[in-house]
Amino acid sequence: MPERGAPEIPVSLVSLRVNGTWLSLRLDNRTTLLDALREHLDLVGAKKGCDHGQCGACTVLVGGRRANSCLLLAVACDGSDVTTVEGLAEGERLHPVQEAFVAHDALQCGYCTPGQICSAVGMLAEAAEGHPSYATAPDRLAADSSPGQGAPEPFDALEIRERMSGNLCRCGAYPNIVDAIAEAARS
Amino acid sequence: MTDALSQDTALPSPGAPLALDSAFPRREAREKVTGAARYAAEHTPPDCAYAWPVPATVARGRVTALHTADVLALPGVLAVLTHTDAPRLGPSDDPTLALLQDDRVPHRGWYVALAVADSLESARAAADALRVEYDTDEHDVRLTADHPRLYTPEEANGGHPAVRERGDFDAAFAAADVRVDATYTMPALHNHPMEPHASTAWWTDDGRLTVYDSSQGSATVRDTLAGLFNVPEDAVTVLSEHVGGGFGAKGTPRAQVVLAAMAARHTGRPVKLALPRHQLAAVVGHRAPTVQRVRLGASSDGVITALAHEVVTHTSTVREFVEQAAVPARTMYTSPNSRTTHRVVALDVPTPSWMRAPGEASGMYALESAMDELAAATGIDPVELRLRNEPAAEPDSGRPFSSRHLADCLREGARRFGWEGREARSGVRRAGDLLLGTGVASATYPVLVSPSTATAHADRDGSYTILVNATDIGTGARTVLAQIAAEVLGTRPDTVRVDIGRSTLPTAPLAGGSSGTASWGWAVHKACTALAGKLRAHSGELPAEGLSASADTEEEAGRESPYARHAFGAHFAEVQVDTVTGEVRVRRLLGVYAAGRILNPRTARSQFIGGMTMGIGMALTESSTMDAGFGDFAERDLAAYHVPSCADAPAIEAYWVEEDDPHLNPMGSKGIGEIGIVGTAAAVANAVHHAVGVRLRDLPLTPDRLLPHLATAPHAFPLAVSGK
Repeated sequence: MPERGAPEIPVSLVSLRVNGTWLSLRLDNRTTLLDALREHLDLVGAKKGCDHGQCGACTVLVGGRRANSCLLLAVACDGSDVTTVEGLAEGERLHPVQEAFVAHDALQCGYCTPGQICSAVGMLAEAAEGHPSYATAPDRLAADSSPGQGAPEPFDALEIRERMSGNLCRCGAYPNIVDAIAEAARS
Repeated sequence: MTDALSQDTALPSPGAPLALDSAFPRREAREKVTGAARYAAEHTPPDCAYAWPVPATVARGRVTALHTADVLALPGVLAVLTHTDAPRLGPSDDPTLALLQDDRVPHRGWYVALAVADSLESARAAADALRVEYDTDEHDVRLTADHPRLYTPEEANGGHPAVRERGDFDAAFAAADVRVDATYTMPALHNHPMEPHASTAWWTDDGRLTVYDSSQGSATVRDTLAGLFNVPEDAVTVLSEHVGGGFGAKGTPRAQVVLAAMAARHTGRPVKLALPRHQLAAVVGHRAPTVQRVRLGASSDGVITALAHEVVTHTSTVREFVEQAAVPARTMYTSPNSRTTHRVVALDVPTPSWMRAPGEASGMYALESAMDELAAATGIDPVELRLRNEPAAEPDSGRPFSSRHLADCLREGARRFGWEGREARSGVRRAGDLLLGTGVASATYPVLVSPSTATAHADRDGSYTILVNATDIGTGARTVLAQIAAEVLGTRPDTVRVDIGRSTLPTAPLAGGSSGTASWGWAVHKACTALAGKLRAHSGELPAEGLSASADTEEEAGRESPYARHAFGAHFAEVQVDTVTGEVRVRRLLGVYAAGRILNPRTARSQFIGGMTMGIGMALTESSTMDAGFGDFAERDLAAYHVPSCADAPAIEAYWVEEDDPHLNPMGSKGIGEIGIVGTAAAVANAVHHAVGVRLRDLPLTPDRLLPHLATAPHAFPLAVSGK
């Protein structure tokens, strides 16, 4: 415990690989991954909607898996590989999920959008690896149903809705979000 | 910020000059899908400090002590503002903005202090650490239909008279062949836009204030801040470039912008303040709970002879706001004898305000549920019943409708939905453990429009720029304003830049009341018409500075119309009710609208389905309980307050009928941002009645309310039937 009257903010050196670049940051131990991205790296694509893991607006990919960055302390992510919505496009060429969101008007105010897109990218990878969801009936899994053996068939709107329900959209763009993801899944 | 010119390449093809009616992609879509679009808390000026507010933890009383010295000793803390040392504020029309000015606590969650620190983490820790002592008074937060302090206000929200009477309701109701007398209740509801209210503010040495604010209208924010901080209006600049939704909760300045400007003045540093989600319920407004008694008297053929809609609601002790829930009954149906009233009680609760279609959404839930009850009582199909009650003119005003195509919406919706042949009996469609039902409800929303200014500019290179302080809160304002300009100028929208979202632009009203496109668009139309005239009169190359024309629609948009002007719609829902769990799920939702000319089918459809989705929440999941003991909303975050998720939103379809109304504005458009929510809850609730055969009149229709009425499925476990 620090002496009273001489308080100090405990900080740590944290290394993160963000959108392909290794960065070293000196961060308050209380700083979440979300705040590290937004306030320290000016990567504001990840949004703060609730700060409690309830809305999904802060979703990024950590080690390729989708995660609520507001629930992760940056210091605990030391050495992690983080991809934000800013890291999905290749130069001017949008990621297929981003393209599909534009094409299907799968956004209105846009505040949940980066989280929806990162979540969709992570979700499609989970499905492709064969991870089932609540909506996946046993007989709808690919013949060899162990994880890693391909997406549940058919990968329909029900599957997408179920798997995307951690990302809230108050504007109510869900039908268009589902259409966009379905298109990206086909491509 | 001026948007890019390259976004509209997809539509229309060259040689197809029509700019309006086309489904141009949303202009800022690329910025939004790449994370490049910046919202109010996403600007970090050098040396920026962070603020975190401290809410009162008592429902009524006075602050007697604030132990700020302990907090100021914490690392990184710059200041703790309280009513004893916060900057004194000038006058404002809105007493909810008189923040940190005195020791009074009018409701739980009212801000009593503001911590400011070097970092977000330190500001939050400082706010958490502040000890506050109170003298508490007895509080009263319970709305009841017979509350002794209920009174009749002078007017309800929107300037509507609180009471209207026509004919002799009591006599006509007593003499009616068929009578419905039912009371419906709705809890408080919260807007919860995905972006919490946020501001980044700084003062410069010359006394100027600049603020990025999450607002639906930055002109009012500017004017309000100028008054509060006693500086000229032109010394304040407010930017609201991208706004993460509002649904009314950002319609006027809210606490965050005042607190951020205060903290910036007090510390001499830029200050960023994003309100924590769980604090929003108490400080940004809510849809007030209502108790609504509807009485319908009709002849045996279903034609209404007597209609009473009596609304009881709450407001706060800080500011009167009266949800105008009885107002749509003045427009909807034949009703030669009518009584529509509002009574309100000022409780020790947070101040209610606008939430998507205030008045219409709440009132039409009750009225359209009562219509369903009348259909059941008369044995007339619910669509047919509504058709039989189409009025020739607006019942309350006697004015002719500028256009009214509700009947077309009902017929077209019935056709698309497959309404014909619907099982007339309720509670009989069963599929395994599920009961199935369908329901219909009408919708209406008034045509509102406000004066606006705009400037149109032609450049030498053949491109154009539109300048207007419109706000895009997710509606597609940039996109549709470019279309309007292009239509008038006879060009393609991709040659038109649209500069909006900044108080230094030509003054324009807020994005609210479904009036944005009509108000801003009218001024853009007028400015472009004037510019087109100048361009026609000009010969040879344009001067280096180009040509400009400005317009102000004060006269034409402010003029009262001799017509009753409203959009209408019809909602159809199919639901399933799980007899084991009591869960209601919407299987299909379909809306057909008559809302004038639809200027952009793509963004219009998005708004319609968005409103309908919020209506699903209103019907089934959204509920805010006022805890009588603590005087607090119990559901304050997104884990407890259930906005619809992706899995709750099934196939949702939105259509519209062609409507050519010459009495609106030069574009011929009505507002579309709110009508989608209006009839949805009633359509869903009516479908639940059709499925279950029991009328539940208290929203939302959660499993605990359904279960006691559901026949036991053979394998239901005992818990499911012991409900109450």
